[in-house]
This record gives sequence, C-alpha cells and structure tokens, in this order.
Amino acid sequence: MTSTSPAPTPPTDVSAESGRVSTADAAPHQPSQVALDRARFRKKQSARSVLIALVSTVVVAVIVWIAIVNTPGWALVQQSFFDPKTAWEALPSVLLGLWTNIQVLFFASIGVAIVATLLATVRSLRSPVWFPLRFLTTAYTDLFRGLPVLIVLYLVGFGIPALGVFPRVPAQVWGTIALVLCYSAYVAEVLRAGMEAVHPSQRYAARSLGLTHGQTLRLVVFPQGIRKVTPALMNDFVSMQKDVGLISVLGAVDAVRAAQINVAETYNFTAYVVAGLLFVLLSWPMIRLTDWYTARAQRREQTGGAV
Amino acid sequence: MSDTDSGAPVLSMRGVYKAFGENTVLRGVDLDVHRHQVVVLIGASGSGKSTLLKTVNLLEQIDDGQIFLRGQDISDPRVDVDATRARIGVVFQQFNLFPHLTVLDNVTLANRRVHGMPKDEAERIAVELLGRIGLADKLRSYPDRLSGGQQQRVAIVRAIASSPELLLLDEITSALDPQLVGEVLDLVAGLKSTGSTMVMATHEMSFARRAADLVVFLKNGVLVEQGPPEQVFDDPEHPETREFLARVHAVG
Ligand SMILES: Nc1ncnc2c1ncn2[C@@H]1O[C@H](COP(=O)(O)OP(=O)(O)OP(=O)(O)O)[C@@H](O)[C@H]1O
Ligand SMILES: [Mg+2]
Repeated sequence: MTSTSPAPTPPTDVSAESGRVSTADAAPHQPSQVALDRARFRKKQSARSVLIALVSTVVVAVIVWIAIVNTPGWALVQQSFFDPKTAWEALPSVLLGLWTNIQVLFFASIGVAIVATLLATVRSLRSPVWFPLRFLTTAYTDLFRGLPVLIVLYLVGFGIPALGVFPRVPAQVWGTIALVLCYSAYVAEVLRAGMEAVHPSQRYAARSLGLTHGQTLRLVVFPQGIRKVTPALMNDFVSMQKDVGLISVLGAVDAVRAAQINVAETYNFTAYVVAGLLFVLLSWPMIRLTDWYTARAQRREQTGGAV
Repeated sequence: MSDTDSGAPVLSMRGVYKAFGENTVLRGVDLDVHRHQVVVLIGASGSGKSTLLKTVNLLEQIDDGQIFLRGQDISDPRVDVDATRARIGVVFQQFNLFPHLTVLDNVTLANRRVHGMPKDEAERIAVELLGRIGLADKLRSYPDRLSGGQQQRVAIVRAIASSPELLLLDEITSALDPQLVGEVLDLVAGLKSTGSTMVMATHEMSFARRAADLVVFLKNGVLVEQGPPEQVFDDPEHPETREFLARVHAVG
C-alpha cells in the first residue's frame, strides 16, 4: 500500500499528517449498488414530499378561492378592491410615493443600526464607572419600546418643528428621526439578547488571548450574537418597513398617502391594495437574502451532519 | 433483541465511505464489534476516528457501504433514526453537556423523555451512577460550574444511564488526570462486565492497551490493522502501524 506514497518524507510529528492523502486513493471510488439504491430512495422520498406539498397547497388554494368567490358580496368587493383599471392608473403615483418610503427606510435603517449598536454596547459595559450612562440607555429603551410609534411620530413631527429653532425640513426627515428613535430601542434589546446568548466561555477565550473588552465585543461576541438574532432583527426590519408607511400622518406623500389621494378621487379602494402589494414586494428580497445568508453561515460553521 | 442472535455482531460496518466535499475521510471501512467487546480506535489526529463514530450514530450520513446494528441495516434511509440513536450511547469529544440543565437533569433527560421512564426511577439511576464516579454532591450544579474532568464523567454517565446496546466514546480520557483515567478505566471495565459493548477513540495508548479487546489502527480513513492489543502494540504486522507507534512512543 505504501507504494503509492510520495518519495520519502522527513519524519513529522503525528498531528501533522492529518491533511495529507496517501494510501488508498489511487482510483476514484465507484458507488456500490447499495449506495445507488439508497440515493434513489432518498430522491424518490424527497420528490414525494414535494409533490404532497404541491398538491395540498393547490387544494387549499382552490377551496379558499371557491369559498370567497361564492360569498354574496364578492362582485361588489371585487369591483371596489380589485379593479385592474384603477390599479393600473394608481400605480405611477403609488410607486412614486413608495420611493419616498424607500428613502426613509434606507436612512432609518442606517440610523437604527448605529444607534442600536451604541445602546447595546453601553448596556453591556460592566464597570461601575459607566453606571449613569447605562442607566440612561436603560431608561431610553424602556421609554421608547413602550411608546406607540404613531405618538412618537406626532410628537417629533409636529412638536419639534413647533419649537421654531430648527430650519424647515420636509416631513419625512422628522418621520425618519421618529422611526430611528423607536426602532433603535427595540433593536438594541435584540442585539443585547444576542450578545448575552453567546456562551461565556467565548469571552474567556477572547480575553485570555489578550483582546480588550471592546475587541472581544467587536470581534468575538458581536459576530456570534448577531447570527443568533438575525431572524429577530429581520422581523424588526420588516416591521419598520411597514411602519414607514405611517409617515403619511405627517403629510409626507409616501405610498400610503398617494393611495389615499387616489382613493379619494376614484371612490375605489384598489389603490390601497396596490400599495399593500408593493410593500410586500419590497420586503421580499430582504427576507430571502437573510434566509440565504443564515443558511450559508450555518453550512460553513457547523459540522455537516444529518441532524 | 434477544440473546438468541447474540452470535451476530452488535455493530458491523461494511465498506463504509464518507467524504466531506473533496475530502474523503473514510475509505471502505470494515469493522465487526461483538457483544461485550471493547474496541479501541487509534490513529493520528484527523485520521477519521470521530467521523467513524459519528457515522455509526447516524450523525453523519455515509456515502457508501452499510452499517448494521444487531443485524439491522441502520444506514438504510427507511430506518427510524431517532429510535436507532436511542439504542446507542455517545460521549462526544467535546462533552456537549446541556448548559441550561443541571447535572441531574442532563443525566435523566433521555430516560424520561425518550424512554418514558418515571422521574423518580430515572433520578434513582442517575444518583446511583453519579455516586459511583464521585459526583453525588454535584447533582444540582450546572455543567459550566464543573471542572473539565467532572464534565467528562457526567457526559459518560449521561450516555450510559439508559443502558444502551452500544456505547461510542470519543476520547473520554483526554480531560482527565492519571488517577481519574484509572477510575474511568474501572468504569469502562465495569460497564463491560454488565454487558455493554463499546467503541472508543483514544490517543492514550496505555489506556487502549488496558481497556481494549480489539485495537483498530486507522490511517487516512483506511483501517490498516486490527487485532488484540498485545499483537497490535507489541508485534504490529503493518509497517504503517509500526511507524505510527514509533512516533507515539518517541513523543510520549
Ligand atoms: N463536518 C465536517 N466537515 C468537513 N470536514 C470534516 C468535518 N468533520 C471532520 N472533517 C474532516 O475529517 C477528517 C477526520 O476528522 P475526525 O474528526 O474524524 O478526525 P479524528 O481522527 O477524530 O481526529 P482527532 O484525533 O484529532 O480527534 C479531518 O480531516 C477533518 O478535517
Ligand atoms: Mg476526534
């Protein structure tokens, strides 16, 4: 068997030979009949479950559809909520409004990411020196998690400009600030929960390598913690995406407001449905992206394995 | 199963292949483990010992070959994996105790939730076993409060609490001091006399020599040599075994 191994190598220590391939890899392995049978069975099995899922989905969809179409008011509802012509006419203005939403969402996300990270970091500081700061951030998160977003929007959007010290800015700017205030409180708590879920032995390991408290947080605890809470963060993101629609109460012409205008003109609710669908479409890529990303991270870091 | 078929090996591997992507880790492993036998896997780091144990426990899906537990092909996709795993006890290389459960709950979990044993009986068994290895005073402690060796012993007790047909032990003595190695060895010998069958991976040749009925030398996923400890350690047939042992002795 040793005949296939390369020219005599100097003796190495035992652990060093793990990676090297020698001995029996002369010919690539031909799968046996058993392995092929097993592979075939597994394929059949998964094909069957896909089929079952498909059939049951179609059956449920058809039942729901028939049930709805046969309700007495369906014709009227179809006309006033799902009218294709109105939808098409409302689309440009609603899309334009949605662009405002996207801008607000973009800046609010960045703001939330920064503020929430700061808040979570402050709350994780252990030293008594930081007590006042820690106390303040705790008070902040408690306050803003409790306040309804709508009320914060009113207070910030109408209250602050009324002070008369700030230059006039569009309503969506105040909307963005209000969203950042609310959502960074939520997200900070999620991040903190993630950091606390990282096993304490990880902190020990990092500190014993000589990393500072800050480095430990940044390089070891945070990356692991954020993985644990990605679904929760995602949830907050999608939730914020919807709440961006609330800035219409400040008079900003976003998708909801544009739809509202259209509804007032046409006496037909279809524009709301259009706006709703656009919001769903908006959130969809992000949801898929996170799913893909977490799956990839899991594949890379965790042992393969069947469980 | 009954004693009538005790002629069949408890565990039998036939031509087992396992690859992680490009890296083929097991290359056609054939191994028979008979009842009451202690089989010890030796080999360099990365030679596939842990992987072999994981394939037996169905934690890794094999790419080819078959694995039989008491004559039943457990590599068949139709078998109930959970039921199969419930018949096998495992102590992992990293102990993998559940940090949110006390020592007692770690040990009684499978008996209560998988084997449907009443709580007091499960606890009686756990207390008895933990007492035997000197951990009677740690019942209510959480794993992270225990020393490495203590965690190791709890992990062993957790694996044997349900009297599995087959025990897979991955380097169970790696975190222990010499005296505890002796105690674990006694534990293993005791388990053997009560009918357990074991496969264990270890780097400790003296432990392997004392505990094993059969020593198996693995190199790059190939089962190079197997035999009773006297033969493999004192008079190895294969040059690769000799080379490995020489290196181990040179270091140790
Ligand atoms: N989940 C995995 N994904 C990819 N490769 C893996 C995985 N688990 C193990 N390997 C590879 O398989 C090979 C054998 O690993 P294994 O853990 O079985 O070695 P070992 O003999 O137990 O070593 P040690 O004595 O150091 O514990 C190694 O080269 C390792 O890199
Ligand atoms: Mg190993």
